[in-house]
Amino acid sequence: MAYKIVTSQCTICGACEFECPNGAISLKNDLYVINPKKCTECEGQFDVPQCAAVCPVPKTCIPA
Amino acid sequence: MGGQLIGLQTLAASGTETMRAALSAGGCSSSQCGSSDKPDSMSAEIWEKIKDHPCYSEEAHHYFARMHVAVAPACNIQCNYCNRKYDCANESRPGVVSEKLTPEQARRKVIAVANEVPQLSVLGIAGPGDACYDWKKTRETFSRIADEIPDIKLCLSTNGLALPDHVDEIATMNIDHVTITINMIDPQVGLEIYPWIFYKNRRWTGPDASKILHERQMLGLEMLTTRGILTKINSVMIPGVNDTHLAEVNRVVKEKGAFLHNIMPLISDPAHGTHYGLTGQRGPTHAELQALQAKLEDGTKLMRHCRQCRADAVGLLGEDRGQEFTLTQVPEVVSYDPSRRADYRALVSEMRGEHEAARRAVGETLADLETAPTCLVAVATKGGGRINQHFGHAKEFLVYEVSPHGVRFLSHRKTEQYCEGGWGDDASLDGVIAALNGVSAVLCGKIGDCPKESLAAAGIVATDEYALEWIEEGIGCWYKQISQSQQTRRSA
Repeated sequence: MAYKIVTSQCTICGACEFECPNGAISLKNDLYVINPKKCTECEGQFDVPQCAAVCPVPKTCIPA
Repeated sequence: MGGQLIGLQTLAASGTETMRAALSAGGCSSSQCGSSDKPDSMSAEIWEKIKDHPCYSEEAHHYFARMHVAVAPACNIQCNYCNRKYDCANESRPGVVSEKLTPEQARRKVIAVANEVPQLSVLGIAGPGDACYDWKKTRETFSRIADEIPDIKLCLSTNGLALPDHVDEIATMNIDHVTITINMIDPQVGLEIYPWIFYKNRRWTGPDASKILHERQMLGLEMLTTRGILTKINSVMIPGVNDTHLAEVNRVVKEKGAFLHNIMPLISDPAHGTHYGLTGQRGPTHAELQALQAKLEDGTKLMRHCRQCRADAVGLLGEDRGQEFTLTQVPEVVSYDPSRRADYRALVSEMRGEHEAARRAVGETLADLETAPTCLVAVATKGGGRINQHFGHAKEFLVYEVSPHGVRFLSHRKTEQYCEGGWGDDASLDGVIAALNGVSAVLCGKIGDCPKESLAAAGIVATDEYALEWIEEGIGCWYKQISQSQQTRRSA
């Protein structure tokens, strides 16, 4: 149970990185990636996964 | 020293004497006439804040340069005129940027520019993204740079949603200019501009999104006003969406203490991939924009000299040297040398007194021409407040209105550059003539016979007779001359 970032669509704005309540998102080799071990899909934390809610590009933060 | 005019290139590699020569070319050559007076209508405290800020003071934009660094790319709202994926070095408009920087990279770049460009007075963080939402990076960048260049003016642009959370820090960090983009005060209008916002850990759409955004914008504006921080309101004019509504926006932001209101035309093109671009929403025409500006004339002071510069712009308004200072061109280790900026500022404070005195003198002499009709005059300038650019090199003209009431800046008009490497091109001259529609005369530093004749055929007087004079002085002299000759003809 985790989200992933569709790299080809990502604008590398970094909004997801600081909205993520689990510190699961980081910049690796100039691309943002989600660490599936840390991602909880925000369950029990927020109504919606924060990365998907803030991402400016549709269908870019999606279930892995 | 004819031709040694004030351009950034000229000054970059020059010493104080060259700077002085460049700034004092033409007009009164004793650089001591008049002090650095403020315009009559402004309090000393406000003048002190804006006098070196090219965006806040029309007068300052002749002398001082700004730079923007793109350190805060994250945003908390979606606007229909913005496509966040867009990136092109050839485009020149807000939100478009080629190089995202970390705060440390930004520090290096700003110092490199400050060492090279003595006109630098303002550092802004203006997208892409939102400076208040991406606050940690904004704060870190400003504090690193303020440590090394304490006199640089800091400013930021925001959509306002996260602004109230940071106003106290903005005040303690001496960020004394904040721009808020406010396109509506009625959530129903906002429906067509903002598809969603991200606030309090969720995405809001529909009227809720615009209502929250509006309330946060008003709260932020009031908080800034209370703390004496100058605010500029940017409004994007979107025909059929908010064009008629902007008069109401103007009234409300003025009431809440906004210092300046800048109406910007929507830039919309399918190639930009924005919602408006793709759905064929057009931007306003020149005439529509000016009609709206004229209507708001007695509202909050309007900014008419905005060039909608790129988010990573470097230089005087209307020019961009950003490509000369990309990260690869900036040394790994830079140390700030304040001397050149200090020399330049000392010179400018002398020059401006002279400029202001010339401006006043012109105003007084024109008053005698009671019955003369109002005219538009275009000027080619490289900065420094003078008529000092070759007609063929001008990428834009500043348009002034002249009447017996005085000389007043109206707008700038962009054109295709007519002359490249000494050869004028007829096709682009047609473009220049079209851009100068409604203008009676063009005053420039130099112009050849061919373009002069073509302009004359189009009913526009073009002359380099007033080369190197202060802009207002040259326009005033020209106006006086034609008004008097017309009068003589009438009475003969």
